[in-house]
Amino acid sequence: MNKVKELLKVHGKPSREVYFDHENSGWVPPEVVEAMLPYFNKKGYGHPAITNKPGWEAYEVLEETIQVLSETLNVNEGGEFIFTHSGTEANNLAIMGTAFAHKGGDRRKIVVTAIEHPSVLYPAQELEKFGFKTVVVPVDDEGFVDPEILMAYIDDETLLVSVQMVNHEIGTIQNLGELVEVVKDVDSRIVFHTDAVDAYGRVPIDIKELGVDLMTISSHKIHGPKGVGVLYKRDGVKIKRIIHGTLSTQVYWPGVENIPAIAGFKKAIELAFNDFENNIKRMKQLRDLLFDEILNNIDDVVVNGPLGDERAPDNVNVSFLHVEGEALTVELSLRGIYVSSGSACTSRVLEPSHVLLAIGRAHEEAHGSILFKVTRYHTRDDVKYAVEQLKDAVSKLRAMSPLTVR
Amino acid sequence: MSSRIPLIYSPKILELFRNPKNLGKLSDATVSAQAGSPACGDVIVMYLKISDEEIIEKASFESYGCAANIASASILTEMVKGKTLEEAWKISWKDIAKELGGLPAIKYHCSVLATGALKRAIRKYYKDVKKRRPSWLPEHLTIEEKQALELEELIEKFYKRFEGGSCE
Repeated sequence: MNKVKELLKVHGKPSREVYFDHENSGWVPPEVVEAMLPYFNKKGYGHPAITNKPGWEAYEVLEETIQVLSETLNVNEGGEFIFTHSGTEANNLAIMGTAFAHKGGDRRKIVVTAIEHPSVLYPAQELEKFGFKTVVVPVDDEGFVDPEILMAYIDDETLLVSVQMVNHEIGTIQNLGELVEVVKDVDSRIVFHTDAVDAYGRVPIDIKELGVDLMTISSHKIHGPKGVGVLYKRDGVKIKRIIHGTLSTQVYWPGVENIPAIAGFKKAIELAFNDFENNIKRMKQLRDLLFDEILNNIDDVVVNGPLGDERAPDNVNVSFLHVEGEALTVELSLRGIYVSSGSACTSRVLEPSHVLLAIGRAHEEAHGSILFKVTRYHTRDDVKYAVEQLKDAVSKLRAMSPLTVR
Repeated sequence: MSSRIPLIYSPKILELFRNPKNLGKLSDATVSAQAGSPACGDVIVMYLKISDEEIIEKASFESYGCAANIASASILTEMVKGKTLEEAWKISWKDIAKELGGLPAIKYHCSVLATGALKRAIRKYYKDVKKRRPSWLPEHLTIEEKQALELEELIEKFYKRFEGGSCE
């Protein structure tokens, strides 16, 4: 039984490969890998909360990473960074940790938007079993939350509001400052969490100015290794541990911190923020080139999410009508172009992307969706090559389809 | 995106997806039938050319669906070739899965849909062309036909609920 091996053998290695699936996980540059390597067996391989040299060296990694996080997010004082082992864990800690810290209180309402990541939506839904009430705020057809509509969901029972800064699928950059203000104006005690996993390193973030209480970040979304998530917590915001065990350097997430991965994450942050403005500019140019090439070369395409400055610089999400997205990901994979789809056929529950349904896409539109994330490592030629392959792949599948009018 | 699942396709599925056999409309088809709906992301159309002796001389398919859907439909057109309609009727979705060298559990519905389209085509042939029902052809719908119907009805229900429930 070695099925994947057989599959990979038949698949073969395409003559040219371009990876765009940074939504699901990312390619890690050599500098980041190199930054990790010493911490497996040269230094800092110890436990960061133990009194020996390899332990203190491990602790140094945490301290330095917190330093770069603070600098890049403008947090000088009055907050802490909690290391988890994924963005999913950090989001769970934010949602469930806040709820459990207020169990038995008068405030039992959790407000989330319809396009949040599952690691926010599912824990919020799970909390209903513990007597909390979760309400889901709708978004418009580009994924924006209207401040007035959000207001309508806030009342004196509201404990927590969670609104993503940038949507992971359709790239909508939320006008978060305004939303925080609206909520805090009603009652400053309402905890405001933002999932900034797709914002960090791609849009400027100033935590102090934003006034959020909790913020989630993930390493593998910015070319860092998998296995590191971070929850920022403003001082005075109450949360409770949701997993239990030996505490290490921090009180909210027990277990040994993943030091080599955190060392890689630190390097990834430095690379993303070194020449930040130019990195963003480059991503935007590639994003717009990819949109233009697709829309100029392929018919019957629908853009999912906003265009221009309201869209994340790395996000391209389009639906190819009359084509099923999973088939398209496989066809493109055979051609060396690696992407993902919001089609039901790629999912465990056979339902298409909840984000695409929330912005009003019909099922057949969601089934044909393809998500690309461009990076500063892509070239214009990568984009043009990908669209050549894409054009052929879409034609091939449309020719198979009984839905296509030919 | 929502909840993911690993899909370890067999080499046969990948090969048939890459180079599908018997793809496209059959110009001299005796009968054709569709199963599935675009909203489900799964549609298979089967075309059959049937001889006077009730033997399938040629079969082809069109598909809107995932790689497993395309491979299931394609392999079924191979499997039915040269078979009598009675023999073809007896092909189950499990036979397709076996012939494909295994199908991920979450993709079983693809082979169910392919047999559903085939059974619909055979039924249609007796109803419209022969205007009689042979003794081996069950009067009531089989599981595969019901499944295809259910899939189609499910999505209709979803949209009705959606329209009824979200008016603001």
